[in-house]
Amino acid sequence: MPPRSARSHFPQHGTKPFMIDWSGYLSLILQGAVVTVQLTVMGSILALIVAFIAGLGRISRFAILRWLATAYIEFFRGTSIFVQLFFAYFVLPFMGISLTPLQAGVLALGLNVGAYAAEVVRGAILSVGREQYEACTALNLSRWQCMRKVILPQALLVMLPTFGNNAIELLKATSVVSLISLADMTFQANIVRSQTGSTLIPFATILFLYFVFALLISFGVRALERHMARGLDGVRT
Amino acid sequence: MAAPIIEIESISKSFGAFQVLDQLSMQVMPGEKLALIGPSGSGKTTILRILMTLERIDGGHIRIEGEELYHMSKNGGLAPADEKHLTKMRQKIGMVFQLFNLFPHMSVLDNVTLAPILTKGVSRADARKRAMELLDMVGMSAKADAMPSQLSGGQKQRVAIARALALSPKIMLFDEVTSALDPELVEEVLNVMRKLAAETDMTMLLVTHEMGFAHDFADRVLFFDRGRIVEEGKPDDIFRHPKQERTQTFLRKIIAAGHRV
Ligand SMILES: Nc1ncnc2c1ncn2[C@@H]1O[C@H](COP(=O)(O)OP(=O)(O)OP(=O)(O)O)[C@@H](O)[C@H]1O
Ligand SMILES: [Mg+2]
Repeated sequence: MPPRSARSHFPQHGTKPFMIDWSGYLSLILQGAVVTVQLTVMGSILALIVAFIAGLGRISRFAILRWLATAYIEFFRGTSIFVQLFFAYFVLPFMGISLTPLQAGVLALGLNVGAYAAEVVRGAILSVGREQYEACTALNLSRWQCMRKVILPQALLVMLPTFGNNAIELLKATSVVSLISLADMTFQANIVRSQTGSTLIPFATILFLYFVFALLISFGVRALERHMARGLDGVRT
Repeated sequence: MAAPIIEIESISKSFGAFQVLDQLSMQVMPGEKLALIGPSGSGKTTILRILMTLERIDGGHIRIEGEELYHMSKNGGLAPADEKHLTKMRQKIGMVFQLFNLFPHMSVLDNVTLAPILTKGVSRADARKRAMELLDMVGMSAKADAMPSQLSGGQKQRVAIARALALSPKIMLFDEVTSALDPELVEEVLNVMRKLAAETDMTMLLVTHEMGFAHDFADRVLFFDRGRIVEEGKPDDIFRHPKQERTQTFLRKIIAAGHRV
């Protein structure tokens, strides 16, 4: 916890009787930022994995897989992330599965965003033209070889921009974990607000940090896209 | 006399209510160069696609080297072919498409080596060596590292031919391989095909609107109309002395449209 009556080199104006040492509070917010980044990275990895499983399941030859994938996607898109998180953290222990707040956060965020991203995977795969599948057949590739070597590499390029949006959605959704007392950036900003009485400074700070993180995701995805699209005009529409 | 390499026996094919092929039968001898000509919609592409297993038949039998394509023997009877059987049968057949269907995310060389490495267990080094020979044959070895998007249509089609040849099929199917090309690019592809016809004993089925080429290339020409063979014979007979009125009408129209015979 930061010092409650810290000294500052800068005198405060107005009604504040004492000066605030913002550096202590800033480090508090940065600790929260680490948690937010952890949630975003791990949640995105989980989302990516389930998105591919459920997206491929949606277009499977096997009805049972299609059905399971559809059920997962509709369920997680149709219920609130709050409830999913509370379920993961407060209800699962009754079923013998106790998760740390971070684990519960990653699980809820990953499964929630994964459901949206699964539809992106499915749409991107379906966007690859029939003639590519026919070339696979003519070259006697198996279904899976065709998917892995021909269809997915092309579909990935279609998915990537939307995946970037999904990751940003996930970043923004991470703040729900403050409701299960996980000390992410939003949680820490609230602490700072209650200890200093200032709303503007902590929230302006995290607003700025969320924005920077989102920009980083955007730039990263765009760089990846450029890297993958080398020599490949004519694939993207 | 040798046994036919392809036997098609009363096959039928409909798309919805529209019957494309009606009880079609034909045979192709090993090494034969066959040209399929006929008006648009007569079912020429459909025949090639059926042989490549891109479309299923509604009835009838196809045998490749005496072996059923769409059926396999099971408990003494015939059962519909499963994926494993089709995979085995497809090894004998290759196809070149009108729109090339190259893999746009792979270099020319990777396009050619992909299938031999994956389906025949050829080592990467051997696949590359063979691919370079084939690319050399079609005049594309200088572009081995190029991406398909950097090539002209004629170049793409020559790569597509090399890609199909890399699997050494006994039967090659060519579906209007020059009709998507600018006129000045047609000849470079036809030259490759002439070379193939002269230098290999592959069985080749060619759907084309290039009557001049069909005349020089083919051992036998089949004229199709509405899913049936109306007339067949040696190129000279079909092109110079067609017997059927429908063949005559078709050839007149083709010539009027500016195609050489
Ligand atoms: N997948 C499909 N669904 C419905 N109809 C189809 C399909 N494929 C082909 N057809 C129809 O079947 C008929 C024969 O088609 P096919 O492509 O075999 O003709 P073609 O002789 O190759 O003609 P073209 O010279 O124009 O290429 C056409 O009328 C076509 O519209
Ligand atoms: Mg056709």
